[in-house]
Amino acid sequence: MKVGSDVAEQTGESAAVGPPGSTSDARRSRRWLGLALAVVALAVLASMPFWMAPYPITLMSRILAFALLVVSVDLLTGYTGLPTLGQVAYFGAGAYTAGLIGIHVTNNAFVQLVAGTLVAAILALITGAVAVRTKGFVFLMVTLAIAELAHKQAETMGLLGGSNGLSGIPAIAIVPGGQPLRLAGLIYFWVLFVFVLGVVLSLTLVHSPLGRSMRGIRDGEARMRAIGRRTYLVKLVAYTFAGSLAGMAGTAWVAQARFVSPGDMAFSLAAIALLSVVFGGAGTIWGPIVAAAIVIVIRDYVGTLADGRGGTILGVVFVLAVFFLPRGIAGLRRRNRAVAAAPVAGEESR
Amino acid sequence: MEWLAANAVTMVNGLALGAVLFIVAIGLSLVFGTMDVLNLAHGSIALIGAYVGVAVLGGGASSALSYAAVLIAAMIGLLAGVLLAVLTSSVTDHLRQAMLTLGVSMIVADLLILIFGADVKAVPPPPALAGTIPFLFGAPYPVYRLVMIGVGIVIGIGLWLVLEKTQIGAIVRATVADRAMVEAIGVRTRLVLAGVFGGGAALAAVGGLIAAPLLGAQPGNDNLILLYALVIVVIGGLGSFRGAAVGALLVGQVQTVGVSLLAGYASFLMFAVMAAVLLIKPAGLLPGKHGHAGGH
Repeated sequence: MKVGSDVAEQTGESAAVGPPGSTSDARRSRRWLGLALAVVALAVLASMPFWMAPYPITLMSRILAFALLVVSVDLLTGYTGLPTLGQVAYFGAGAYTAGLIGIHVTNNAFVQLVAGTLVAAILALITGAVAVRTKGFVFLMVTLAIAELAHKQAETMGLLGGSNGLSGIPAIAIVPGGQPLRLAGLIYFWVLFVFVLGVVLSLTLVHSPLGRSMRGIRDGEARMRAIGRRTYLVKLVAYTFAGSLAGMAGTAWVAQARFVSPGDMAFSLAAIALLSVVFGGAGTIWGPIVAAAIVIVIRDYVGTLADGRGGTILGVVFVLAVFFLPRGIAGLRRRNRAVAAAPVAGEESR
Repeated sequence: MEWLAANAVTMVNGLALGAVLFIVAIGLSLVFGTMDVLNLAHGSIALIGAYVGVAVLGGGASSALSYAAVLIAAMIGLLAGVLLAVLTSSVTDHLRQAMLTLGVSMIVADLLILIFGADVKAVPPPPALAGTIPFLFGAPYPVYRLVMIGVGIVIGIGLWLVLEKTQIGAIVRATVADRAMVEAIGVRTRLVLAGVFGGGAALAAVGGLIAAPLLGAQPGNDNLILLYALVIVVIGGLGSFRGAAVGALLVGQVQTVGVSLLAGYASFLMFAVMAAVLLIKPAGLLPGKHGHAGGH
């Protein structure tokens, strides 16, 4: 899989050590701009329940939960160079765990979040120990097998409600013994909280030394090994982290849908999660999030408006994106900046 | 012997399934081997083949109509393959290839629902082959399934002869090995690649048509067939001709004999077998000479 070549430069920004002076000033101001944009985006997201109707708010909750799943795919596909179709397995594990706890133990949202994340992490650690021994296309197929086996397991297991799925999940509550959240806007705040938590953790990871090792593996695993890095361990940690993140996304999904079925682990969901990463720009965090929003809006909203032709529209968008957005949505920003920054020495792509 | 008698019919069923899956999977494998393109719209082309059967034979099958259906399916497959070859020719990144071909398959799936509806459509086998004959230990067995096995063998041997013994086959193999050199001696490799893509897609469409009396024509079968084909080429070794044959035989048996023996684990078997093979031999059982399976 040629994953690395196209995404290598997108993240070069944080890895490159540029000359001092004007370049680093530009980089610093760009970082402040990014932070400001993130704050504005967060403010807009947080204000949505105050001016949106319940249906769009539910749609927004779905988008945020799906976007977190997409980020988890991106951590492996975009940052570590391991294209995956397996994250839906951990997404489903988190969702089913949260649902079961909601039905049998407690409707406390924090307990469900922690339990779902932990179960997904343990599953990811066990399966990842085997999966990350492979790479490229073989890794893709092994993760596909993991997802399909999990999907089949959910379909046959009585505890999980079989192919009917798990229904009758009670509404979550934030404080122990408190009022269950029934309003779409209140549930949305919880989903937003989980989303922000997941994205902040992911950003911390990719800017940490471990994140640099992940990109190093993507761009040249043999070289990483040659300089003494234990690449297997890095990949396993990345895989487990991404699995936990998918589990978090699953708990958020259930908090909003209050229903989970084997369909939430299906190949079709795994495929659009992977395509959202490519569409958004593998190896950036914000691009795939925007792509996830576009994909869900087309599939769940525009599709119903357009007489159920969501699949066609989504397909056309993906095909057009291949030709007009060679680096995904994130590449748009890169191109604008490249034009602006062209005269600066030392900034051109290596 | 007793076990064999009890399971002989299931094993022959497995051979029939394996034969059509081979016809579909070999196209996927060849396209990957020659063009380095993983065509995720391959299952959609097979489903188009099945719906050609619905359109042509839905009103009542006859021998002439059956031949016509095979020809039409092959033509549509060929066109679709050439179109996909043109579309993917400028896209070298595997993830973007995946986005392109999956995007196309989403469009095709939706269009097929628009034209044929979302319910399951049956496709009748040609009337001459619709009956049963006494077979193995005297039990009646559908003729059509035996013919499926025969067609699989004929296409397999024919394709092998073309690839190994003719000049066209030599050019295709040379293009796999060293595209620039073939270009340098005056062969238009773009035409070769479009031909391989078209041929592979035509096989997929015909395979889908032949499988239709068994699997029916319905939305979702495109992903089902794609997953079968992916598992087969991965088990056998991507880009490997013999590998696809072995993989198809194995998957055919796993999905029939394996399922009847281990009914409780039926749905796990195929992917469990694939995962086991990949973890023991990541390049597949019989990797091609220029194996791509190790990743890039």
